[in-house]
Amino acid sequence: MKIKILIFIIIWLVSFFNFSYADNSEKVDQISKNLRCLICQGQSVYDSQSDFALSMKILIQNKIDEGQNDEQIYDFLKSKYGEWIVYDPEINKNTVLLWVLPLILFVFGSILILRKVSIK
Amino acid sequence: MVKNIKLISVVFLVILSFFILLKGLNKTNNYSPNLNSSKIDFNFKAKFLYSDEETTLYELINDKDFSIINIWASWCLPCRDEHSFLLNLKSLDKLNIIGINYKDNEINAKKFIKELGNPYSKIVVDPSGVNSIELGAYGVPETILINNNSKTILKKYIGPLDDEKFAELKLIIKNEN
Repeated sequence: MKIKILIFIIIWLVSFFNFSYADNSEKVDQISKNLRCLICQGQSVYDSQSDFALSMKILIQNKIDEGQNDEQIYDFLKSKYGEWIVYDPEINKNTVLLWVLPLILFVFGSILILRKVSIK
Repeated sequence: MVKNIKLISVVFLVILSFFILLKGLNKTNNYSPNLNSSKIDFNFKAKFLYSDEETTLYELINDKDFSIINIWASWCLPCRDEHSFLLNLKSLDKLNIIGINYKDNEINAKKFIKELGNPYSKIVVDPSGVNSIELGAYGVPETILINNNSKTILKKYIGPLDDEKFAELKLIIKNEN
């Protein structure tokens, strides 16, 4: 019985520390999911275990500890690595087609449907 | 006739997409940031490899006309290959070579330098890799050429130096004044 209690306490302690650890880096996870890992392209910084990504996570944690908000961290990284590092493309003259094309297709499609319906 | 047109257009499309994909094979899609977007933060703090003192990048590059910042590690094989080029560059008077020891073990790093020679005027350590990210670096090896007077990046090489890059570096230093 004593052993059972002991084991229970050990497991509880271990999981408790795990939880507190997870709690601490949740913000880092959230930010790093939005960042492209530049040396392992196709993966996010969150998913990657490359040296680059690991350092990036430390850096993000440091910045959070310094009291910076998400926006400031993204801006900092954009100034270092260019806009490509974030997954969310901004609207500028290179990406305007990317943003507008779905809208155009939607409008075009609805016109087609409307015409078909009204013909019937 | 209609059947023929269909067949021809299908064949044409297949051939067209074949060539588009073939062309895509030769194109590297690795993105690297352009120089304008990566500014250097000269207040970056780091410790020396051979002493416990702290320094800033601003102090490090204040010596001569040009600085090369080379990011290296003893565990990085390409760094061994490019080491001879750095030793060669050491002979240029106008140039100051600074090493950043990236995520390395201190003993191994010192052994590496002892074994292959020391091209660096100063070496700082970056145990967590954070400093390198503040420099806008990708990893090891990486070489950044800086004009000390205007504090601008003249050239950045991701990956090891080779004969071509070496010649280019020398040319840039020669032409810039």
